[in-house]
Amino acid sequence: MDPLVLARWQFAILTIIHFFFVPLTLGLTIFLAILETAYVRTGKEVYRDAVKFWSRVFLINFALGVVSGIVQEFQFGLNWSEYARFMGDIFGAPLAVEALLAFYLESTFIGVWVFGWDKLSPKVHATVLWLTAIGSNLSAIWILIANSFMQRPTGYTMGDKGVIMTSFKEVATNTNVLYQFPHVFFAGMTTASFVVLGLSAYLYLIKRGDKDMLNLSVRWATIYGLIGVILVMTVGHYQGQFLVREQPSKMAAAEALWHSAQPAPFSFFAIPDETTQTNHLNIEVPALLSYLAHGDFSSKVEGIDEVQQKMEAKYGPGDYIPPVGVTYWSFRLMVYSGLLMLAILLYVWYLNWKGIALESKPWLLKTLVWSILLPYLASTTGWMMAEIGRQPWVVYGLLRTKDGVSPASVVSGGEVLFSLLGLGVVYIVLTYLGVKLVVKYLHKAPAHAPASAD
Amino acid sequence: MDLRTLWFILITVLFIGFFFLEGFDYGVGILLPFLGKRDEERRAILNTIGPVWDGNEVWMITAGGALFASFPQWYATLFSGFYIPLVLMLLALIVRGVGLEFRSQEESQSWRNTWDWLIFLGSLLPALLWGVAIANIVRGVPIDENMQYVGGFFNLLNPYALLGGITFVVLFTMHGATYLALKLTNGLEKQAIRVANRTWVATLVVAVLFLLYSYPEVLSKAQYLGISLVFLGIAVIALLVDGYFLKQGEMLKAFWAGGVTILGVTAGFFAALYPNVMPSSLNPDYSLTIYNASSSPYTLKVMTIVALVLVPIVLVYQAWTYHTFRQRISTKDKMTY
Repeated sequence: MDPLVLARWQFAILTIIHFFFVPLTLGLTIFLAILETAYVRTGKEVYRDAVKFWSRVFLINFALGVVSGIVQEFQFGLNWSEYARFMGDIFGAPLAVEALLAFYLESTFIGVWVFGWDKLSPKVHATVLWLTAIGSNLSAIWILIANSFMQRPTGYTMGDKGVIMTSFKEVATNTNVLYQFPHVFFAGMTTASFVVLGLSAYLYLIKRGDKDMLNLSVRWATIYGLIGVILVMTVGHYQGQFLVREQPSKMAAAEALWHSAQPAPFSFFAIPDETTQTNHLNIEVPALLSYLAHGDFSSKVEGIDEVQQKMEAKYGPGDYIPPVGVTYWSFRLMVYSGLLMLAILLYVWYLNWKGIALESKPWLLKTLVWSILLPYLASTTGWMMAEIGRQPWVVYGLLRTKDGVSPASVVSGGEVLFSLLGLGVVYIVLTYLGVKLVVKYLHKAPAHAPASAD
Repeated sequence: MDLRTLWFILITVLFIGFFFLEGFDYGVGILLPFLGKRDEERRAILNTIGPVWDGNEVWMITAGGALFASFPQWYATLFSGFYIPLVLMLLALIVRGVGLEFRSQEESQSWRNTWDWLIFLGSLLPALLWGVAIANIVRGVPIDENMQYVGGFFNLLNPYALLGGITFVVLFTMHGATYLALKLTNGLEKQAIRVANRTWVATLVVAVLFLLYSYPEVLSKAQYLGISLVFLGIAVIALLVDGYFLKQGEMLKAFWAGGVTILGVTAGFFAALYPNVMPSSLNPDYSLTIYNASSSPYTLKVMTIVALVLVPIVLVYQAWTYHTFRQRISTKDKMTY
């Protein structure tokens, strides 16, 4: 039982599960704050009803996000202590700021919001929710600043134990995070939108829930989602171009471009074969990758062979290319689910605009329910691309992942297996219970009046 | 002042805040299945910490994050070395946090009862394990010349550390009972007062034993024994004063006295630790100190500015929260949790 392999699986599984809950919190806090502000401005009860109704779903999700988040802070020390030693001068600071600035704000005011409906004026209560929303999104900024250093080290110099910070400003304004945070932020909006749409669709199907509240939720969630998905893909495109320059090994693997090409074709589907360094069943469009990567149909795109050569020259012998199959497919699945989400939202928006009720199309309602999974697929594969695509580095160009793990003499394979199984099982069980509670909650919503005019 | 000393003090302050606030959260969770006999009673108990427990827990996150930022070698050695206790603590905290949210969402008594006991465990274990951890840190553990902990799991369960763990458990239970005496009504607060009085006796006995045992294990090796004894002395006096207020039924004063006890114990042991951060029981030359475990002067400077600006703001809005929710919780209230 290799502790390194187990540690990698553990970090990946626990972080992915944590990130099931994060985007929904990011997007839904703001969505609910907008609705509650509308209530304060207009006095219309339906807005407050919507906020109160969705808050149950929100809070179940929020609790799971908080508890899985505590583990995140500990993981760096538990399983990656050598990473912590190497990176401590830089990595600890954004985490500490995240706690001081964002977690305090988010966790303090969520408590006030949940318990303060009858104690605070509507205006103050809504403000409290905005503070919670700001807290959550600020926390995303700071953890992404930390992750961005791993992707693109900046504002540092090398010391004998590891990196030493030379400019906090450079660390905090790392160009990588200027793309990464908006990308995650808009992913949050998209996730919230699909959850509200999907659960509303479910309620229409089981004929439960207040219709005015649901119609309102659907209309607002559609627009919220459209903004989210259009912007997440726009930012993502420019982020991709940035990464072509900054992390050529990630992007070459993500395209399964075995050899440099000018112009380079874009592959829609392929089964990369790492042993032969070819792609099977490749469906590609000529010159499109050149255009996507550099905005020029005739530009050269670096392939895996060239990147590997350059990295060997810089860092010595070794394999500098991440797992191609996984990276390629993570990227494709993320993008394709994004495009699918865009298509769905455009269609629903069109129906809303034409005044056509969603309930008249049961196939659409069922699609919307299943589409709840789309933003989760996109976020998960996106992070898989981000993190697996960075391998063999844990800090790009500075520290290899295998050198960051806690020494086997301190943390044995058996101990990692214990934590992987213990935490993994608990996470899965609690997630299952959370989903079950949400579904039960929906089934307890008031039934629609029979044979009413719609 | 040397920034490394300043950050040692700030870490101590963060731990004091964490133990003071989560101390009563843990205590309330420990008392939940015992003080609460009927469902409405248990709900009332949970709702006393409902609005504040999450904000309180952030003090622990911040203490850990600040540790990582200011003394990354300490963070690395401690978290990798104390692996199993920390994993157990995480499991407990996860179950507590989710339990508080999920518990009353189903009507079923077996659902609620199961979660109540999970909240109990999720409160008892962190209290115990933090006591074990702090006791082990100050006593010293096997650390080699590469700053790696080499003692294994069972080494951490030595009698001194276990007594430290039990001290935290009774101290936090007393603190939690006092808190409940201030926040409950319908006769439950009277039961809480009785529990507070009884756990005060237990705390006094255990704390005195622990302090006596600490002399050979920790205090005799302390570089700044004087400062340490001042804080520990404050803790003992505060505990005695606490007992007096409890007998008089002056629960608010007792609560604050208990808080000062927690402050005194925490500061006293951190002072006994200084300037080490993780003494090595193998060889004093292998010890982690504020000098060899810290981050760079630049990072410490940046973090100092951040902390000095943000911590006062946090204190203000957290205090506002307690003021907003100062009312007692009745079993007849409409319950959120």
